[in-house]
Amino acid sequence: MIALPVLRKQIIPIQAPNDIVVVRQKVRALTTELRFSLVDQTKMVTAASELARNALEHGKGGQVQVELVEDDPRRGLRLTFEDQGPGIPNIDLALKDGYTTGNGLGLGLSGAKRLVNEFEIESAPGKGTRVTVARWR
Amino acid sequence: MDRIPILRMGEFLLVTIQVDMHDQLALSLQEDLTQRVQKTGARGVLIDISALDIVDSFIGRMLATIAGTARLLDAQTAVVGMQPAVAITLVELGLQLRGVRTALDVEKGMTLLRAALERRA
Repeated sequence: MIALPVLRKQIIPIQAPNDIVVVRQKVRALTTELRFSLVDQTKMVTAASELARNALEHGKGGQVQVELVEDDPRRGLRLTFEDQGPGIPNIDLALKDGYTTGNGLGLGLSGAKRLVNEFEIESAPGKGTRVTVARWR
Repeated sequence: MDRIPILRMGEFLLVTIQVDMHDQLALSLQEDLTQRVQKTGARGVLIDISALDIVDSFIGRMLATIAGTARLLDAQTAVVGMQPAVAITLVELGLQLRGVRTALDVEKGMTLLRAALERRA
C-alpha cells in the first residue's frame, strides 16, 4: 500500500486469547473516533478479531500495528498484523472460503477480506505472515 | 475464572451474554450449557446476544455447536436479540448460522421454542 500520512500509531501484542479482546476494543474506540457508521465499525472490529485470532492460532502469536491514516480528504484505519509463524504456502488456497488448516470454519482470512476496503497479504513458508487491511470513513 | 450465568425458566434455560467474550469464556459456556441441559432435562435453550456488538467466526461457531449439541440432548436452541449491524457483518463474513433458530427478543424466542416443542409432541 502506498505511503500515507500516519496521524497516530500504536502496536498491540497478540500473545494470548485475551489480547484478541484488547485488539477489538482498540479498533472499536478508533472507528468510533473516526465516526464510522455502526455497520462499518462492526465490520472493521470483526475483521480485526478474525485476523488477530489467525495471528495467534496459526502464527503462534504476533502483533498488530494500528494506524490512523489520512488520504486527504478522507481518514481511515489501517491494521497490519504480523506473525513469525510457519507462513502460508498457498495464499490463493488460504483465501478460499471454507479452507482451513486449523479447527475453525475457514472463514477468517476470506471473511476478513470482504469486511474491509483494502486487503494485502504477504507470506512465505518459514517467513511468517503479514496481513494489512484498511477501511475508510 | 469468570463464568456466564445460566438461568432456568421453567422448561427453558436462558443465557444472557453481556461481556466481550474471550475465547476461553466461550468454550466454558459451551460446556456448562451442555451439562445443564442434561442435568435439568431442559427442552429449550435461549441465548440472548443483544449486548454483543460483534459476533466473529469463533463465537458464531460456538453458537452453532451449542445448538447442535443441545439438539442431540433433545433440546431446541434459539439465538435471540442479534443487533442489525452484527447480522449484516455475519452474512458478509460468510457465516449464516444455518441450523440455528433466531428470534428478535427473548419473548419471541420462547414463543418460537414452544411452537417447535408442540410440533414435536
